[in-house]
Amino acid sequence: MTTRIFVPRDAAARAVGADPVAAAIVDEARRLGLAVDVVRTGSRGLFWLEPMIEVETPGGRIGFGPMTAKDVPGLFANGQLPSAAHPLCVGRPEDIPFLKRQTRITFARCGIVDPLSLADYRAHGGYRGLERAKSLGAAATVEEVTKSGLRGRGGAGFPTGIKWKTVADTTADRKYIVCNADEGDSGTYADRMIMEGDPFLLIEGMTIAGFAVGATKGYVYIRSEYPDAIRVMERAVVLAEAEGLLGAEAKFDIEIRVGAGAYVCGEETSLLESLEGKRGQVRAKPPLPAHKGLFGRPTVINNLISLATVPAILADGAKHYADLGMGRSRGTMPIQLAGNVKHGGLFEAAFGLTLGEIVDDIGGGTASGRPARAVQVGGPLGAYFPRALFDTPFDYEAFTARDGLIGHGGVVVFDDSVDMAKQARFALEFCAIESCGKCTPCRIGSVRGTETMDKIIAGDRAEANLALITDLCQTLKFGSLCALGGFTPYPVMSAIKHFPEDFTRPRLAAAAE
Amino acid sequence: MSLVHEIDYGTPASKSAETVKLTIDGNEVLVPAGTSIMRAAMDAGIQVPKLCATDSVDAFGSCRLCLVEIAGRPGTPASCTTPVAAGMVVSTQTERLKQVRKGVMELYISDHPLDCLTCAANGDCELQDMAGAVGLRDVRYGYAGENHLELEKDESNPYFTFDASKCIVCSRCVRACEEVQGTFALTIQGRGFDSKVSAGAFGDNFLSSECVSCGACVQACPTATLSEKSLIDIGQPEHSVVTTCAYCGVGCSFKAEMRGEELVRMVPYKEGKANHGHSCVKGRFAWGYANHKERILNPMIRESIDQPWREVSWAVAIDRVASEFKRLQQKHGRLAIGGITSSRCTNEETYLVQKLVRGGFGNNNVDTCARVCHSPTGYGLKATFGTSAGTQDFDSVDQADVILIIGANPTDAHPVFASRMKKRLRAGAKLIVIDPRRTDIVRMPHIEAQYHLPLRPGTNAAILNALAHTIVTEGLVNEAFVRDFCDLDAFEHWATFVSEPQNSPETVGPMAGVSPEAIRGAARLYATGGNGAIYYGLGVTEHSQGTTAVMALANLAMATGNLGRQGVGVNPLRGQNNVQGACDMGSFPHELTGYRHISDDATRTMFEKLWGVPLDNEPGLRIPNMFDAAIDGSFRGIYVQGEDILQSDPNTVHVKKALAAMECVVVQDLFLNETANYAHVFLPGSTFLEKDGTFTNAERRINRVRKVMTPKNGMADWEITLAIAKAMGFEMPYNHPSEIMDEIAALTPTFAGVSYDLLDKEGSVQWPCNEKAPTGTPIMHIGGFARGKGNFMITEYVATDEKVGPRFPLLLTTGRILSQYNVGAQTRRTENVVWHDEDVLEIHPHDAEERGVRDGDWVKLDSRAGGTALHAHITDRVAPGVVYTTFHHPETQANVVTTEFSDWATNCPEYKVTAVQVSPSNGPSEWQKDYAEQAEQSRRIATKVAAE
Repeated sequence: MTTRIFVPRDAAARAVGADPVAAAIVDEARRLGLAVDVVRTGSRGLFWLEPMIEVETPGGRIGFGPMTAKDVPGLFANGQLPSAAHPLCVGRPEDIPFLKRQTRITFARCGIVDPLSLADYRAHGGYRGLERAKSLGAAATVEEVTKSGLRGRGGAGFPTGIKWKTVADTTADRKYIVCNADEGDSGTYADRMIMEGDPFLLIEGMTIAGFAVGATKGYVYIRSEYPDAIRVMERAVVLAEAEGLLGAEAKFDIEIRVGAGAYVCGEETSLLESLEGKRGQVRAKPPLPAHKGLFGRPTVINNLISLATVPAILADGAKHYADLGMGRSRGTMPIQLAGNVKHGGLFEAAFGLTLGEIVDDIGGGTASGRPARAVQVGGPLGAYFPRALFDTPFDYEAFTARDGLIGHGGVVVFDDSVDMAKQARFALEFCAIESCGKCTPCRIGSVRGTETMDKIIAGDRAEANLALITDLCQTLKFGSLCALGGFTPYPVMSAIKHFPEDFTRPRLAAAAE
Repeated sequence: MSLVHEIDYGTPASKSAETVKLTIDGNEVLVPAGTSIMRAAMDAGIQVPKLCATDSVDAFGSCRLCLVEIAGRPGTPASCTTPVAAGMVVSTQTERLKQVRKGVMELYISDHPLDCLTCAANGDCELQDMAGAVGLRDVRYGYAGENHLELEKDESNPYFTFDASKCIVCSRCVRACEEVQGTFALTIQGRGFDSKVSAGAFGDNFLSSECVSCGACVQACPTATLSEKSLIDIGQPEHSVVTTCAYCGVGCSFKAEMRGEELVRMVPYKEGKANHGHSCVKGRFAWGYANHKERILNPMIRESIDQPWREVSWAVAIDRVASEFKRLQQKHGRLAIGGITSSRCTNEETYLVQKLVRGGFGNNNVDTCARVCHSPTGYGLKATFGTSAGTQDFDSVDQADVILIIGANPTDAHPVFASRMKKRLRAGAKLIVIDPRRTDIVRMPHIEAQYHLPLRPGTNAAILNALAHTIVTEGLVNEAFVRDFCDLDAFEHWATFVSEPQNSPETVGPMAGVSPEAIRGAARLYATGGNGAIYYGLGVTEHSQGTTAVMALANLAMATGNLGRQGVGVNPLRGQNNVQGACDMGSFPHELTGYRHISDDATRTMFEKLWGVPLDNEPGLRIPNMFDAAIDGSFRGIYVQGEDILQSDPNTVHVKKALAAMECVVVQDLFLNETANYAHVFLPGSTFLEKDGTFTNAERRINRVRKVMTPKNGMADWEITLAIAKAMGFEMPYNHPSEIMDEIAALTPTFAGVSYDLLDKEGSVQWPCNEKAPTGTPIMHIGGFARGKGNFMITEYVATDEKVGPRFPLLLTTGRILSQYNVGAQTRRTENVVWHDEDVLEIHPHDAEERGVRDGDWVKLDSRAGGTALHAHITDRVAPGVVYTTFHHPETQANVVTTEFSDWATNCPEYKVTAVQVSPSNGPSEWQKDYAEQAEQSRRIATKVAAE
């Protein structure tokens, strides 16, 4: 009997050597004459254990990690299949607390199935959502999504069902589904993991969306920095087409489009401009994309996670999903732990965990072992939270109430060696580099902000310049055309507010001379 | 007198019929649904600060100055991009808005040169205005940060400068180039702080880019970044006068912005009903000829054409004209002299010339240059519809669903209207182009013709019959329209005729070089695609079957019911500014004003009574007849006002012979044109800037021309004609052109309501303007045709006698180019020559290769009429077997080659079809050299010293 060994092909796993590990396993098994079948999967999202391989046993899969190619011969000690006695064995992955504590709905299959096996996808519940949608009908499908309480996982948190209904209610000769997979936030990777680990989920989600609103064409807009995801998605589309799950028979097509490296193209309207072949420049709203989106047609533009959550909502019912979470934040959120954190990785959980639980408990504190000083939640434009605010629950409204945002669920941890003035400067510089240049506050303000922050760091009239930065942040917040300029004040002002000492500290630069 | 300031509403007007009531700063406002908050505020007299918004382009929302607060809505939405909603309560001034606006201005000014006092836009700068409006007092960032102050100026365009250091990246220029002009030459290069307005691709400048220099970007620029060079040189104007462009038949309204009597710039007038604030390179910028050193300002005479000119007083010159004309009539009879009116002069001036000929010369030997362009239009549309004019206004194109362009090249020849058309095409209207050349509009940014039928020159009538054949035989006729509005017998007769097999696409297609399927497809699209609008030009009229083709177009429109409402019609695109007017004013030898035949006793009697002279009831000579009669010796003297017949009429050798045969040729013009080489009296003319009057454009719109400066030559053209008349003993006592218009109105039913007072009040009116239509008639033939029932005419195709053969195997067709105008007398004397300084011959690569011709080579172009030489340009824009050139330059004299064949009904010359041969050459032909030498000799002016 052939034993299956699962090795992730997720880019994060490959980055730490999953490919040589897989090759070594194949070589070693062949050398030993063992009947081994290496299956490449997505990642379970336990990044400190990557590359983590899993060996199929009668008692279920057993994990080993972090592996290197050099560890492989030892794995097959005495010419036998790997056993739990090996020092790198982590036991059944499901029993690892990090995974055990999760509520995996969107990521239920990720890391388990062969991403490009439709049979695998189906065997693990794939296409149940679409079937139920078809049996409910288009309008009831939209209703089901509304009832689930699903909100935009890109960060804006707009109710997905309402967006769908707007598109469904708008008459047009053509409508589009656009998946925003331009995952540009630092410390986020959930979209990538789905594309690499469970691409049919996205295809199913988009197909349901198309069915629900009457769209016949979908686009997945993937950032160019995700070559693996692009390759897997393209292949998955071909496979789905071959089985009639996409194409004329399915009355829905998907095209994969690749961005050109602009962060701002993750903003929905500039993404649409880019898809149309134009400069990635933000459009003024109204009109909303739901009324006049891609090529002027009604368009559902959703974050990848939103779309990838839809099949489960349909398959198991809105209630099942809506029962999870807190307040107006229903269901689960894939929290992505990164930065200076011991247990980095993807943690899908119902809304409501506190920031402290996430960082200290789930993340295990910092990787450096020093005290965690600041946590940036929601990407480069998210606010910095000090330890004093670690009681904030992971919830859209709770974060807003504390001048923060949960964004796409990225959590980046910093220890006490961080210089928050430099972080504030970084936010402004990031805005300057990524600004599309359309609106004045962002185009010029980001540059002036960086320059002014340099003056503050150099100790040049810190007080007056901090007042100027504060005014500038008001201009950016209320004046910017999109969230790039509009949210840049979050990291800047939160750093100034919570870590004022970093902005008035006497600097050593002059003394060093 | 002061500057005419037009209100900028920030965003375009909404066309919605629904209205919405809202409150802005405590004021109740009622506006059409879809109006922006910004525009609604402006309607209520509330100015919201703005920089990136201007009402010629769609809202963009980038400057972030126009933010407002709306009760019950979060945030600070931009008033330009946010539409009004019922019951909305808007505040345009709050503490928060004040802070944000000040913050935005502080950022702008932190990257702007602080040279307001020496800036060309000083006093007319929106950035300056906004800094004031928001109360900016300090730039706390300082000026040492990253900036664009060192960016270089792009001065490549001859008329305007792009100073990137002053640019605020509002994209108004880019959007104007896209939305208003439709050229897409400008873009924003780079992103973020590096965003820069850029013409063309990387490495281009304005001149090398696809920029067509229409001025829309300059017009849109809120700062000094894009400024007219004339403005930079002279400074801000202090008053403006609204007037009408003297170039093509679009008839754009401009504000002549003046400093004293010095013209600072021509700025397109938003209220202008033909152009709605848009312009082209000619009208906007190419007015320098008015001050050109070659302009003649003193009258001159000579006894014979081999003598140099002698400058004389006006009295002497006028006396010479009168005495010579009288002498010639005494010696050779009443019919021995005549006159030619000009389509470039005003209606009033044209009217006077024909009045002088009919009343003062006592004959009807008057004709106009419209003879050689749109005379078939007059004849053909009168025969079918009953009125010798186009059926629509320009605005009608906004409602068209299918646009059929035949024999017209609007992006070059009628650029401002073409921009309107392109906008409609980008919005989804379908396009059919019937033209031997692949004109630009066939395929350009965001526009692609559904059908381009590249027919062989000379086969218009056949193709149009084949379209009709398809419509009739496939049952696509609009029977209800035909039954209600057309003569049924004529229709039946016509339907039978076009159904005959010789008119089928399958027969016509191979002969005309067009696929039968394309003909059928185009016919179906025109007949069934919604509102079908036909636009045509000289590519239809300047043929031996010009009139036939015009009637065939009228037949198509009637058969498909595409008449009598917005979005449809048969629309001639008139070449010159006042072709329509010159025709209306009785310039043709057989017609008095309003197209009434001279033999009609009632009409003639009316004129005789008012003018106090008897009129000849026999039509006079047409231009070609005048030439023939001159060579015969029976026609001895001519008064040519503002028209260069030697360069513009066909078969130059023949025209030259005719002119040389005359004893007294009187030329009235700005310059010593080619015709003046054969003149005995030269009367210096005045420019459109120097006189009052009216021009009538292609949509029958009578526009006012207003005097903005004293005539440099001492007299307006109309005054010169009055002086001649007086000297001939035929008094025409007018003190002002308005009195001439009053007389025209009194004598012409279609003009009965027209007066300068009405024009001042309405801006412009479209004739018919009378008791039935007191403010004019934008769309003709609503609910019935002017002639009663629409008349289908039989339009049998007869091939031209101008045939290719072994000696002349290619077909030459001619046209014009954007930057040059007609014979080029004006545009050649402007900076427009940077775009086109010579006529070139377009030839297909196959034909070029066969002849060993390479791109840029000198080639000889010969027909049986004559030959010339010019440079070749190899392009597949023309089909094999067809060559093309323009006729703007006297050095080339393209009309040496064209023949004397002409339209059967009107003698309109067949410019568009000449059988030619092309062969390699090593320079200008002998004829060209002789001609140039003769012209130089002829233009000598004796100096005053020598004369004493």
